[in-house]
Amino acid sequence: MGDFLVWVVWFVAAGACLGSGIAVVTMNNPFYSALSLIGNLASLAVLYLLLSAEFLAAAQVLVYAGAVMVMFLFVIAYLGGRADAPWAGGSPLLRGAAVVAAAALLVEIVVVLGLAWGDELNGSAEIADSFGSPAEIGRLFLTDHLLAFEITSIVLLIAAVGGVVLGATREKGGATP
Amino acid sequence: MSGPGVGWYLIVAALLFGVGALGVMLRRSPLIVLLSLEIMLNAANLTLVAFARQHGNLDGQIFALAVMAVAAAEVAIGLGLIVAMARRDMPLDVDQASALRG
Repeated sequence: MGDFLVWVVWFVAAGACLGSGIAVVTMNNPFYSALSLIGNLASLAVLYLLLSAEFLAAAQVLVYAGAVMVMFLFVIAYLGGRADAPWAGGSPLLRGAAVVAAAALLVEIVVVLGLAWGDELNGSAEIADSFGSPAEIGRLFLTDHLLAFEITSIVLLIAAVGGVVLGATREKGGATP
Repeated sequence: MSGPGVGWYLIVAALLFGVGALGVMLRRSPLIVLLSLEIMLNAANLTLVAFARQHGNLDGQIFALAVMAVAAAEVAIGLGLIVAMARRDMPLDVDQASALRG
């Protein structure tokens, strides 16, 4: 019974994930695209929970669906009507090439998955209850992955400064910032 | 592990990556291109988390968190660029932003 419930939750989350992903790509109004991406990120968080990545699911909702998407929505609101994006995908040849390239990528991934389906992808390791908990992730970040943790902070700082520099207005006739 | 095996998650991730790639290649609005990029990054994240679960090793989740941080940085820079383009009255179209074309 529990197994069946997990399948149902997986099915709903995966369907919502793919549906909202397609909506992001096909919507003409970027505002609706951004809202669909929030749904996409939320259903991905459900999939993360099924994979017992609790901290990652929480971070996904807080960082992505919260902070990053608010930034997106602010910029879309700032641009107003200019942000509207009709399809206009170049020449039909380019559009066809894009579809073929995406399909080729997909076929490659699916073939690789199919080759590994029988043996490597069967079964999974036994895990402790604390797998994916904030405590475990935090311990790993401050022990094994301390360097990555510190570099991440520098990357985020540089990005924040870069965003401010790009968005800053120059005073007319004033010195460059 | 009850419910679907790792392979099912990988299939969802593959389809999601394909959708994101299609969006990046088809759409001309830089905003939608950025949103599609986010989909591709999240598809890669889902793969990392699925394999982390299969091997019972948390390193994959740490990597996914790092990807999330880099994605947030990329969005900050990308949106800054889009706002700068709009300020200069450039058309918001990635095909016409070709000054650096080789």
